[in-house]
Amino acid sequence: MLAFLIQRVLQAIFVMFVVALIAFSLFHYVGDPVLNMLGQEATEADRDMLRSQLGLDQPVVVQFWQFIVNAAQFEFGISYRSARSVSELILERLPATLELATISAIFAVVMGIVLGIYTAIQRGNWLSKFIMTASLIGVSLPTFLIGILLIYLFAVELGWLPAFGRGEVVDLGWWNTGLLTGSGLRSLILPAITLGLFQLTLIMRLVRAEMLEVLRADYIKFARARGLSRRVVNLRHALKNTLIPVITIIGLQLGTIIAFAIITETVFQWPGVGALFITAVRFVDIPVMAAYLMMIALVFVIINLIVDLLYYAVDPRLRVQGGAK
Amino acid sequence: MFKKTVIASAVMMAMLATSAHAETLRWTRSADGLTLDPHSQNEGPTHALNHQIFDTLVYQDMDVEYQPGLATEWYVHEDDPKVWVFKIREGVTFHEGQALTADDVVFSLNRARHEHADMRGLLTSIAEVRAEDDFTVHVETHEPNPLLPNNLTNLFIMSRAWAEEHDVEEPQNFAAGEETHAVRNANGTGPFRVVSREPDVRTVLERNDDYWGIDHYPMEISELIYTPIESAATRVAALLSGEVDLLQETPVQDIERLANAEGLRNEQGAENRTIFLGMDVGSAELRSADTDDNPFADRRVREAIDLAVDQTTIQRAVMRGNSEPAGVIAPPFVNGYSEELDEVVPADLERANELMADAGYGDGFRVTLNCPNDRYVNDEQICQAVVSMLARIGITVDLVAQTRSVHFAELAREEYDFYMLGWGVPTMDSEYIFNYLYHTKDEDRGSWNFTGYSDERVDELTVDMASETDTESRNAMIAEAWEIVADEILYIPIHHQMLTWSMRDDIDFKVQSENTPHFKYLRFKD
Repeated sequence: MLAFLIQRVLQAIFVMFVVALIAFSLFHYVGDPVLNMLGQEATEADRDMLRSQLGLDQPVVVQFWQFIVNAAQFEFGISYRSARSVSELILERLPATLELATISAIFAVVMGIVLGIYTAIQRGNWLSKFIMTASLIGVSLPTFLIGILLIYLFAVELGWLPAFGRGEVVDLGWWNTGLLTGSGLRSLILPAITLGLFQLTLIMRLVRAEMLEVLRADYIKFARARGLSRRVVNLRHALKNTLIPVITIIGLQLGTIIAFAIITETVFQWPGVGALFITAVRFVDIPVMAAYLMMIALVFVIINLIVDLLYYAVDPRLRVQGGAK
Repeated sequence: MFKKTVIASAVMMAMLATSAHAETLRWTRSADGLTLDPHSQNEGPTHALNHQIFDTLVYQDMDVEYQPGLATEWYVHEDDPKVWVFKIREGVTFHEGQALTADDVVFSLNRARHEHADMRGLLTSIAEVRAEDDFTVHVETHEPNPLLPNNLTNLFIMSRAWAEEHDVEEPQNFAAGEETHAVRNANGTGPFRVVSREPDVRTVLERNDDYWGIDHYPMEISELIYTPIESAATRVAALLSGEVDLLQETPVQDIERLANAEGLRNEQGAENRTIFLGMDVGSAELRSADTDDNPFADRRVREAIDLAVDQTTIQRAVMRGNSEPAGVIAPPFVNGYSEELDEVVPADLERANELMADAGYGDGFRVTLNCPNDRYVNDEQICQAVVSMLARIGITVDLVAQTRSVHFAELAREEYDFYMLGWGVPTMDSEYIFNYLYHTKDEDRGSWNFTGYSDERVDELTVDMASETDTESRNAMIAEAWEIVADEILYIPIHHQMLTWSMRDDIDFKVQSENTPHFKYLRFKD
């Protein structure tokens, strides 16, 4: 068990290192932060001075090494754009993104499973057909378009929900939440639907396909033959077996939801880390971009690690192999 | 919500019988100010926000006229043309109660000249700043500088005592890696004080009832809430749904829609920014062209391009009428601008093709045009139009449109043959244009002249016009310089950009050409 864990952690560290390296080599193609930082009246000498102050005149290898040394101590410097501590900026923005991601994930999972079951059981009826057709929209329309359409419908035309922002936020000291105020909850609805729609359709289609397959299995036929009610057969026998692959997918999609929040956050001016990243890219705010990419890499690495460990716990074959070593 | 505010304000007015309104204005634009530290960044949205909180000695009002701010008078010293005298307004206090004196002004100007301050670029002519008495400041320049007050319109005055108390005597040092107190806190003398600030999310300001100009300006807004919204569609939706009251940068495609929307109206005006194309005329060979010489070095080719680019078509088809076709790269209110200079060259393909043939490029050539795609209004679309216009005189243009940070970085590295640039003139004087765009590129001047153009006479005039104090001979220099460069056709002017602000129709406010609203002027219609 320990050997397995150490091996996985070492792999994770290696992945992080590679991500940092790729991120760093990309920074040279996004532009020159010094031009954004100094106004148009600055002379070439001013620009050179700032460049050397920031260490941007050093070779990439030296810059990279410096970054790795600092990152290992969770030290990401200050933002070129807003002059604020990067770790503080990210920690301040993280609650907004995590709340949005969690609510969308719950929305996607609950609605996905319910609709998946429904469309599998009621295969022929018109509502199922409608849901299946409508779900194509979730798969095929780009997120920003869905967001804008929702804004125009619910904010501009109907005036029911706010078009942007996070509403009123309650500060709990280490966390700020929009879940405790009316305007915070109302503000959450549209972005959560926008962000969760793709995952919802994915989960729904997966549940439906799995369910249809399971319903054809012999043990379901036997259960029916035993005279069990439809409800018990469908929900206890069939659903349970359907959920195993679904859980795996949900786990992996969670990271994607956090990463994909970038677009939703920009459309809704949601003050999360994704919007922070987009503004950073525009300004070539290297410290913020680097920290964000490392954070997203860390999220994926951790999720994968947990999934691996879960497999280890669930699948006895892995344990036997490990023990045999 | 709005109704409630109106009723509340009516009740309050009846109760207190005062003229002060209790109205909230919710303001949005695409980007937030970067910092509240008034000297560390030289950037439009940052100045626009700080103008509500701080004052400058001199400022440009809503008609971009120079007006007294914290200085009541300013003039060149009778005995020394290198010294500007500023009389400081008496009886002004900062938001936290400190009284303003000449010492605070000296401190602020020196702080802005610090090596970590971006504002220093505007103040390089200053040799020394000193307080003569409590309310008189002398600014001594290296050479006589007739434009000094024009350079101070975004130079905010801080309190020395406050800065010392909070250890922010120097502006933010990005290399030091620490946030200073002044980034998110401000103590100005301005019409509004900061109630709360979440950068990039929401900044709440309240009226400063002790403002020195409280009786001089309308000052009708009691609470100003600033929420930047980056996405253009969302910004417009927020105005349409009544979640904001004033939108500062209306996207061209939404102008008509907002004009027709109930309860909303648009205000338009010329912006202090001209859009143009630049050409590398100095290199022996172009980087991207398929020729082994430099076609742009031939004036006939440049004239042909000028004749082929049809500014009025761009105005109609690309800008939907929301621009002013240009014949010169100086915005209309700039000293030295004239209507003759700004006369648009009508498109003449026949003549253009003749010129191309005369220059030996009858079969045309191929070149790359570099444009930003998120900096100016419809920048990429303008370039696309130029591509098809130049195709008609045989020039095959490969368009590379990139995000602003990449475009300007590559431009600064002098990697471009043919590029788009927009230029605003904060000093309102042609000297600024010659200094940055026409003077030979060297250590001190010509930092945005990527054309490789170098002319001794223009350089001489540029340097002289910076220190000539006699208005008449100075204007003659400017006119001579314009004449020389107009004949060279280094830049192909496209248009003067227009600004559109959209607002609730009961708001009485107009567009400011620097894109800097002064909310103390805003009125609500009854």
